[in-house]
Amino acid sequence: MALIKTENLTLSYENMTVIENLSFEVESGDYLCIVGENGSGKSTLVKALLGLKKPESGAIEFGDGLKQTEIGYLPQQTNAQRDFPASVSEVVISGCLNSRGLRPFYSARERDIAAENIERLGLSELKNRSYRELSGGQQQRVLLARALCATKKLILLDEPVTGLDPMVTAELYELIARINKSGVTVIMVTHDMQSALKYASHTLCLTENDCFFGTTAEFLESDMSNFLTNVEGSAENG
Amino acid sequence: MGEILREMFSAPILVRALIVGILVSLCAALLGVSLVLKRYSMIGDGLSHVGFGALAVAAVMNLAPMAVAIPVVILAAFLLLRLSSNSKIKGDSAIALISTGALAVGVMAVSMSHGMNIDLNSYLFGSIISVSRGDVVISVILALAVLLMFVFFYTKIFAITFDESFAKATGINVNLYNMLIALLTAVTIVIGMRLMGSMLISSLIIFPALSSMRVFKSFKSVTICSAVISVATFIIGMFISYAADTPCGASIVCVNIAAFAVFFIAGTVASRNKR
Repeated sequence: MALIKTENLTLSYENMTVIENLSFEVESGDYLCIVGENGSGKSTLVKALLGLKKPESGAIEFGDGLKQTEIGYLPQQTNAQRDFPASVSEVVISGCLNSRGLRPFYSARERDIAAENIERLGLSELKNRSYRELSGGQQQRVLLARALCATKKLILLDEPVTGLDPMVTAELYELIARINKSGVTVIMVTHDMQSALKYASHTLCLTENDCFFGTTAEFLESDMSNFLTNVEGSAENG
Repeated sequence: MGEILREMFSAPILVRALIVGILVSLCAALLGVSLVLKRYSMIGDGLSHVGFGALAVAAVMNLAPMAVAIPVVILAAFLLLRLSSNSKIKGDSAIALISTGALAVGVMAVSMSHGMNIDLNSYLFGSIISVSRGDVVISVILALAVLLMFVFFYTKIFAITFDESFAKATGINVNLYNMLIALLTAVTIVIGMRLMGSMLISSLIIFPALSSMRVFKSFKSVTICSAVISVATFIIGMFISYAADTPCGASIVCVNIAAFAVFFIAGTVASRNKR
C-alpha cells in the first residue's frame, strides 16, 4: 500500500478553493517535489498533509503504518528563530516529542536517537553551539536532524533552501538525496525547479487551475513543464 | 548590613513581602523566557494594566481584590492571545487598546470613590504594606503550581517557543499550551502587582530573560540564569528599598537595569574575545 494516498482532495484557504480534486500517491522511498506558483495551494497542501487543515472534501490516507504525527516536518524558518538561544542538541531532541505523550523528560533512547541524527548530518562538532550562532545552511541541517528524530519513514520539507547561497543549497540537496537513498521518503515543496527536477523521482505541479502528477520524466515531457520554465524565465529576465 | 538584615527579617510585613516577592520573581522569570522569545513581552505589560483596572473597580465596589482581579486578568490574557494570532487586528495595537482602556477605567473608578481610602500611588507603583496574609497563602499555592507545570511541561514549552509549526505537526496541542502560559502569566502578574505596582510588574518578566540571553546560549541555561537573576535582583532591590527608604518596586527595577548592563557588557566582551 502507498505511504500517502489522496483521493479527490479539495482544499480551501479563507473560503477560496485552492486545490480541487487532487489525487496522488506517494510510495515508500519516493522523492516527490511539489512545485507551483505562489498561491497555487502548496502551503495549504502541506498543512493538510500534516493534519493542520481539514479537507473540504476527499481524503488523505496513510499506509505502511505511517501516522500523521510521525511526519518529519521542516517548516520555513521564522525571524524569531534566527536569534533563539538554544543549543543544537536541544533543538534536535525536540523532534522526539511526538512519541512521548505526557511524560516530562527525555529517555535515554530518545537521547540516542538525537545523537544518531546529529552524527548523521555531520553536526557533531556543533552540538553544543548555540543555534543562533550558526550559518543559514547549518541551521537548516539542525532542523533536518530534528525532522529525522520525528520520523523513520517520511520527511516533508517546506522550501528548505530559501535564503541559502548556491554552494550551500547544492550541499543541502545532496544531503537530502542521501537521506532519501537511506530509505526515507521525501516530499519537498520548492520554487527551485532545476534542482527539483534533478533529484525528484516524482513531481506534483500545481497551478491556479490545473495540476500534474507523475514521475519526473513524464513531467518533463508534458506541456506543464514548458509552461513553468517559461514563467520562470520571464520572471528572471524581467 | 547584618543589622539591617536582622531588622528586615524581624518585621512580619517584610517577611511576607519577601516570600511573595521571591516566588513571584521565580515564576515571572521562567514564564518570561518563553514570552520574550515568542515576542509576547507586551502581553505582560497589557495584563498588568488590566489588573490595575480590575483592582481599582473591586476596591470601589468593596469586593475582594484578588477574587475580582485574577479571573478578569485571565480572561484578558486569553483575549490578547486570540487577538495576536488574528491577522485582522494586529497584536501590538490590540494590546495598547486594552491596556490603556483598562487603565482609564481604573483611574475613573478611583476618582469617583470620594472619601474612600484608596491610594492610587500604591496601586500604580506597589507597596509592601499591601501584601496581606491571604496573599501569601494564595501566592505560595499559585507559585508552586506555576513551578510544577513549568518543570512538567518543560520540553513542550521549549518546542512551542522555538517552533510552533513544527510542534503542531508533531501533534502537540499548541493552543492549549499557549493558553496555559497565558493563564500562568496572568496569575503571576496579579500576585506580583500589589508588591511591584501595575506599572512595574512586567519588568520582572522581561528584564531577567533579556539579561541572561546576552550571555547564555542554550534554552536551559537561559532559563536557569533568568530565575537566578530574578530572585537575586529582587532580594537586593528589597534590601536597598529598606536601607535607603525607597519604593520597593522601583528599587528592584533599578537593580535589574544594573544587572542588564552587566550582562550586556559581559556578552559583548565574550563574543569579541571569540573572534
